[in-house]
Amino acid sequence: MDLTIPALQRSANEMRIDIIRMLHAAGSGHPGGSLSLIDILTVVFLRYIKRTKENALDPDRHRLVLSKGHGVPALYAVLARCGVIPHEDLITLRQVGSYLQGHPHNGSFAPVEASTGSLGQGLSMAQGMAMAAKLDKKPYKVYCVMGDGETQEGQAWEALLSAPHHKLDNLIVILDYNKGQIDGPTNEILNLEPLGDKLRAFNWDVQEIDGHDLAAIDAAVARAQAENGQPHFIIANTIKGKGVSFMEHPTEWHGKAPNAAETEAAIKELEALLN
Amino acid sequence: MAKATRVSFGEELVELGATHPELVVFDADLSKSTQSQHFAAKYPERFFEMGIQEHNMIGAAAGMALSGKKPFICSFSTFVVGRFEVIRMSIGYSEANVTVVGTHCGVAIGEDGYSQMALEDIALMRTLPNMTIIQPADDREAKAAVRFLADHQNPAFLRLTRQGLEDLHGDDYEFRFGKADLLRDGSDAVIFATGGVVYNALKAAEELESEGLSIRVVNIHTIAPLDADFVVQCAKETGRVITVEDHSIVGGLGGAVAEVLGERQPTLMKRIGMTEYGRSGTPEDLYVHFGLDREGVKRQVAAFLKG
Repeated sequence: MDLTIPALQRSANEMRIDIIRMLHAAGSGHPGGSLSLIDILTVVFLRYIKRTKENALDPDRHRLVLSKGHGVPALYAVLARCGVIPHEDLITLRQVGSYLQGHPHNGSFAPVEASTGSLGQGLSMAQGMAMAAKLDKKPYKVYCVMGDGETQEGQAWEALLSAPHHKLDNLIVILDYNKGQIDGPTNEILNLEPLGDKLRAFNWDVQEIDGHDLAAIDAAVARAQAENGQPHFIIANTIKGKGVSFMEHPTEWHGKAPNAAETEAAIKELEALLN
Repeated sequence: MAKATRVSFGEELVELGATHPELVVFDADLSKSTQSQHFAAKYPERFFEMGIQEHNMIGAAAGMALSGKKPFICSFSTFVVGRFEVIRMSIGYSEANVTVVGTHCGVAIGEDGYSQMALEDIALMRTLPNMTIIQPADDREAKAAVRFLADHQNPAFLRLTRQGLEDLHGDDYEFRFGKADLLRDGSDAVIFATGGVVYNALKAAEELESEGLSIRVVNIHTIAPLDADFVVQCAKETGRVITVEDHSIVGGLGGAVAEVLGERQPTLMKRIGMTEYGRSGTPEDLYVHFGLDREGVKRQVAAFLKG
């Protein structure tokens, strides 16, 4: 697989098309937060986790917990790109009988690592995985992708306090900071700012990047490999609905599927990006 | 000699540390009370003090279990099971092989009062389809249950007492997971009891013999999965069913037995347990107040059977 930045960008946009098709077929789901997330997952899975069908359940694998479970179409799309999910299965998302649940369920499909979707819980589970790696002196990394809305949860702050205390420098959190949640813009609903200052005060190693600049994502994740006694937190500034002009809005496309005309228009825009 | 099941747990956990390298223990600033302190002292690298963060403790333990460890997480039952939605997602639905150890269950914790008492924990945990629930009634049974759970590949809840419990079993006792434990035979009625009040139920039944009542007493240590066949058999053979527990009568053992009998063997029942919030007092005074002492159980059973 070509892992140059232009090739990864093209892959990410192809996966955006997968996400639109999946959500249209399902008739429900979360396009805004899936499209904001896909560039991050593309870099992490293809360049760092290097997920394959063969290593998907290897005890020593790098792990990624998608704490913002509603972004799971992006996770399924990237796992399909890695060969873990047959591409033709993506279209079964959210259908009864499918292993592709509407939010991640490791009991239905183990490669999603954990069950999430009740917000604010994923970082604790990722922390536990990182603690297990430390205990066993294993080199695997644990990634956790959070949403900005769920960072309002009390449990998230429990883990944000705890992981630095346990010196989990094998834990890399990436915040898909798309600035929107169901009821409105995040800074109006419950402001997180100044977020970087808060996290630095909690003793995290903090970086802030443009979450749609694949080279910047790559550089930040590369830097976060450092084992310096601090867990790593990458604030990735993103745009909800990124890549589809009419979906780029903080709230409107949080939780509704595109109809046939919208799907056609979205795919036309995304295909233009491929050429 | 009366011994709290939390003490039995703490002793057995240290023993298992030697034979179970994957065993890890978490506590949320209550290790002296839950008795996980002994494991912490002997195996500090496998003990995780999480501070007063029950939500995060549940999630971190789930993550460890999903990475191949066998966590026991300890706190007062109401504090840990009270964070039920995290247990539901991160342990239950994630199929994480974690044992939740809830100590200080029931009104028998005494003077601290209701805020520290778990009276609804069984009811909550019973709703999770894959949750094993064990409540031992004496020292031997508690140690056997801890040994069993160390090898059990399933989410589990172990409910333990603060107060000392009299021995019910001899050295030859064999803990059989998922099987009811017949303590006393009888033909007029059956008492199903669990945990710290089993002894009182047994003594009440013995004393009712002199009033012409022959009462069977069954210790239910495994509440989920319940030994439903034996419950039905006892109901058929005796025709009257009583449940006794230091827990709400809604959703606990009484609820579990009623659900089984309602579908398979409709039988008149009396559920003895908690029907209101707890309060402060000595454990002894509280059992008298709420009718969970020997006399209280005796009085309620006699009234039910003669009424």
